[in-house]
Amino acid sequence: MGLLSYIVRKTGIYLLTFFVAVTLNWAIPRLMPGDPIGVLLSRFATLPESSEVVYSYFMRSFGFDRPLWEQYLDFWRALFNGDLGVSIYMYPQKVEDIVLQALPYDLVLIVPAVVVSWIIGNWLGAVAATSRRLDNLLMPLFYFLTSSPYFWMAIVLAWLLTVVFPLFPSSGAYSPGMVPSLSTAFIIDFIKHWTLPFLSLLLVMLGGWAIGMRNLIIYELESNYSRYMEALGAGRRLILSYAFRNAMLPQITGLALQIGLAVAGAITTEIVFSYPGLGFLMLQAIQNQDYFLMQGAFLVIVVMVLVANFVIDLIYAAIDPRIRSAYAGEA
Amino acid sequence: MEQHTVSRTKEFLHHIRRNRKVKAGLALFAAILALAIVGPLFTPYGPLEPTGEAGRPPSLEHPLGTNTFTYDVYAQTVYGLRSSLLIGFLGGLIATVIGILIGLAAGYMGGLVDEFLMMLTNIFLVIPTLALLIVIAAYIEYRGIMIESLIIGLTSWPWTARAVRAQTLSLKNREFVLVARMSGASGLRIMVGEILPNMFSYAIMVFILQFGGAILYAVGLDFLGLGPTKGISLGLILQQAVLWNAIQLGMWWWAIPPGLIIALLLASLYTINTGMDEVLNPRLRRLE
Repeated sequence: MGLLSYIVRKTGIYLLTFFVAVTLNWAIPRLMPGDPIGVLLSRFATLPESSEVVYSYFMRSFGFDRPLWEQYLDFWRALFNGDLGVSIYMYPQKVEDIVLQALPYDLVLIVPAVVVSWIIGNWLGAVAATSRRLDNLLMPLFYFLTSSPYFWMAIVLAWLLTVVFPLFPSSGAYSPGMVPSLSTAFIIDFIKHWTLPFLSLLLVMLGGWAIGMRNLIIYELESNYSRYMEALGAGRRLILSYAFRNAMLPQITGLALQIGLAVAGAITTEIVFSYPGLGFLMLQAIQNQDYFLMQGAFLVIVVMVLVANFVIDLIYAAIDPRIRSAYAGEA
Repeated sequence: MEQHTVSRTKEFLHHIRRNRKVKAGLALFAAILALAIVGPLFTPYGPLEPTGEAGRPPSLEHPLGTNTFTYDVYAQTVYGLRSSLLIGFLGGLIATVIGILIGLAAGYMGGLVDEFLMMLTNIFLVIPTLALLIVIAAYIEYRGIMIESLIIGLTSWPWTARAVRAQTLSLKNREFVLVARMSGASGLRIMVGEILPNMFSYAIMVFILQFGGAILYAVGLDFLGLGPTKGISLGLILQQAVLWNAIQLGMWWWAIPPGLIIALLLASLYTINTGMDEVLNPRLRRLE
């Protein structure tokens, strides 16, 4: 019962966020100075068979002198039909198809990078908190890692591991001659291409987790329960293990905040390695002024982040007994 | 009340001057700032002035070499640093001010105002800022440094609002606020005259983080080709370097030093922030 009302509340907030994101997506082109929509529509006029495109809900939501509220409703109607418009750059492909093809590449990069960096970073942070010498040695490194722009880390890795030591391929998700399949040769080729973008994300995120964990543990070690255990004569390892468990919870909340930044990092990292995810797609869209493609990618990114946040909320509820009891108390 | 604030500020400054992290961070930041201010004096070239030599490695004449377009990378970097610092300062300032205003209003007024402002904050906290910035910037035809700072400031305030609200909640029932309220001061007066001064050091910390965040967002936008349509910035150098395969062509001096400066700049800001945090939260100081 308690858990259910927690889930309902969280779902409500995320639905509202989705509503706002869609509304922004609709409103931004209309709020901007100049006449972006006119430019947009005129680009379609030059394409073949444009008359068919113009009659979709999505195109209708872009004007023809109809009242704004009708345009807005058509925008939503198009969305519920899975219609995100047509790409100019990859005409006549539909935006929803292009975007959904790119999405898996983001997932295979971001999810492992977040999970692995979280585990290693927390562990390293805890290690740093245990001794002053390690602390002084590791912390500057962590600060440097977390300060690096993701794509700069990608540039450094690309330089080191594709030019100085040519161990990995420098672009794409797999070699040009390969056909995606589950064969060993393809999987090895895929992993080789995946390693460098993955490492770029991993290294930058790792620094942040380590700093967070180190600070949280030092904070916990000064708290009353740690002092009490110390007074009882508990060993340092035992006290640390309690501090570590308590420091985990804020780090899980931190995951939710980190997801958005990880996505931003992936967008720019993919560009360095021409990795065909949403980030690389967005660059194509920007360079070709393909606004529908760009906005479609934005929407998919928002949905991806919302789903990730929801999953993190569920994990948090499963781990932190206070959530369950708080909502049970309310009900 | 004046007395109270002044003595706390003095105590804070006393500890700040002794904190090793603050000192180290400030030294690094000052060095980078100096590079931005006097760096251009050490090169005869402008950032977009052809030198006639393409793709030369670092030498005495070109400390960071030249790129494919014969531009001097050192000149580009020091001039680019200026605009990146300016965007960081303006964007960070806008985000900090918006965040503080929303956080103060939500925390102090409570009730429906709080509910509404926090709902807004939580929504914009979840929407990925860079993705939103891309969509906004792509529709702006002529982008300058001011526009870039403005859109960054307008989109990156949410975490500040939430943090300032928490601070306000912890201050609003303190005695000095109650006294001010009993003496008939208006809500606005109490927020600006009583609560805000007590958050001063905290606001500085927030600004430092927002400053760094704005630089990172600007660099990301520039890298995607959505930066200022004219001029030079650190992000633009990196965008050009990647676009023209600097790494594959072995021109590391074109792509690595500009990014290294960003990383060092951000690291200096984070270190100052951590040091200040240690001063304000004695529990974070290592005792051992």
